[in-house]
Amino acid sequence: MLNRRQFTVSLAASAATATALPAFALSGGQAEKLVASAVSDINKIIASGKSQSRMIADFERVFNRYADVYFIALVTLGPARRTASKAEVDAYVKAFRGYFTRKYGKRFNEFVGGEIKVNGSRKVKKDIQVDTTARLRGQSPFNVTWLVSDRSGSAKISNIIIEGINTLTSERTEIGAMLDRRGGSVARLAADLRKLG
Amino acid sequence: MSVRYSFDLKIKNLVTCLALGSVLALAACGSAPRATGINDPYEAGNRKVHAFNRGLDRAIVRPVANTYGKTTPSPARRAISNVAETLGLPATILNDVLQLRIADAGANTFRFLVNATFGLAGTIDVATEAGIAENPSDFGETLYTWGVGEGAYVELPVLGPSTVRATTGMVVDLITNPLNNVFDGTDRAGATGAGVLAKVDDRYEARELIDEVLYESEDSYSQTRLLYLQNRRFNLTGEQDLDISDLYDDIYGPE
Repeated sequence: MLNRRQFTVSLAASAATATALPAFALSGGQAEKLVASAVSDINKIIASGKSQSRMIADFERVFNRYADVYFIALVTLGPARRTASKAEVDAYVKAFRGYFTRKYGKRFNEFVGGEIKVNGSRKVKKDIQVDTTARLRGQSPFNVTWLVSDRSGSAKISNIIIEGINTLTSERTEIGAMLDRRGGSVARLAADLRKLG
Repeated sequence: MSVRYSFDLKIKNLVTCLALGSVLALAACGSAPRATGINDPYEAGNRKVHAFNRGLDRAIVRPVANTYGKTTPSPARRAISNVAETLGLPATILNDVLQLRIADAGANTFRFLVNATFGLAGTIDVATEAGIAENPSDFGETLYTWGVGEGAYVELPVLGPSTVRATTGMVVDLITNPLNNVFDGTDRAGATGAGVLAKVDDRYEARELIDEVLYESEDSYSQTRLLYLQNRRFNLTGEQDLDISDLYDDIYGPE
């Protein structure tokens, strides 16, 4: 239950951040700070040298702290979110959280020694787009764009686009294919997601 | 072929292309229609090719790439990839000119001259150290600049994901490559070999992502198509489709 307690602590921390800032006016500076802080927390995990399973557990906490998990999970579920029961959707969101952090957490070794520089930000409708450049060992620098929004009630990252490759649409394609293969059953999808990633 | 002769030939080619480029640029002033979504009328055939490519990767390309990556030290692999990139530069410069990107043509000419000489025949990427980074182009991009639409998505045997426009570009690049007249015999085999090894090295360097897409994803065909199209469109237009405001309204309710 350590996870749940830490989750509560991070929830409280983000709630504190949210009350400190007016919820209706997310500034570019705040969004840039959020991204820089998320990157720094992820770099700390990578540099910790812990075992992969410990790193993934740490990453799940960072993901909860900075990402709009509920929004990401529902967008990737697609239209099925309207027809499934609330219990099914809740089970799916929970399973998605674990699936997502395992899937990306196990690729952390690709980012060892890497750095991300924040170049600036601009407003896109009601949200803020933060532009960064990633430099990884032995690779040409590449563009990473983060979308930050406070529509959930606090400032959270809702999408990451790497050289044009959109994490949300890519995951939506993946989850959509999984759902198709399970006859559209959100319950079966959630059950299988717990084992995947 | 003498060096002097091939140099003259190159200059002649360049002048012809410059003239041709300005004529064509005037002829085709429109910009390409913005490509969005997925246009895949040949999906059934493409999926068959994808199954073949996946089998080829599993049986040959992946094991070869992993062996190459593990047995050849990184600096040696990079040197070979640098040679391949340097040999691709004359074609890139030609396309920069055809797109009237004179600054890019200049930068890439500088890259070519510096890397081919101070970079010991292209093995060391001196130009990037000097602040002139790699900036590739191809005839597919030239067609985009001239206003030609993206066309249908196609997955090519061995070569992988593409579009009708990008495939046309590849064929034209193959025929018009200024180095076609320069190399023959073992030189040509060496140049081709460097090109193949550079691709094998790319497969090794991106192995985590490629393995995940090809072997862990639920529908590797759709995932490959999406990743290719998003990345290619971003490289051409610099634009990314980010707007998810409607989804926010849908999920959190309109404000």
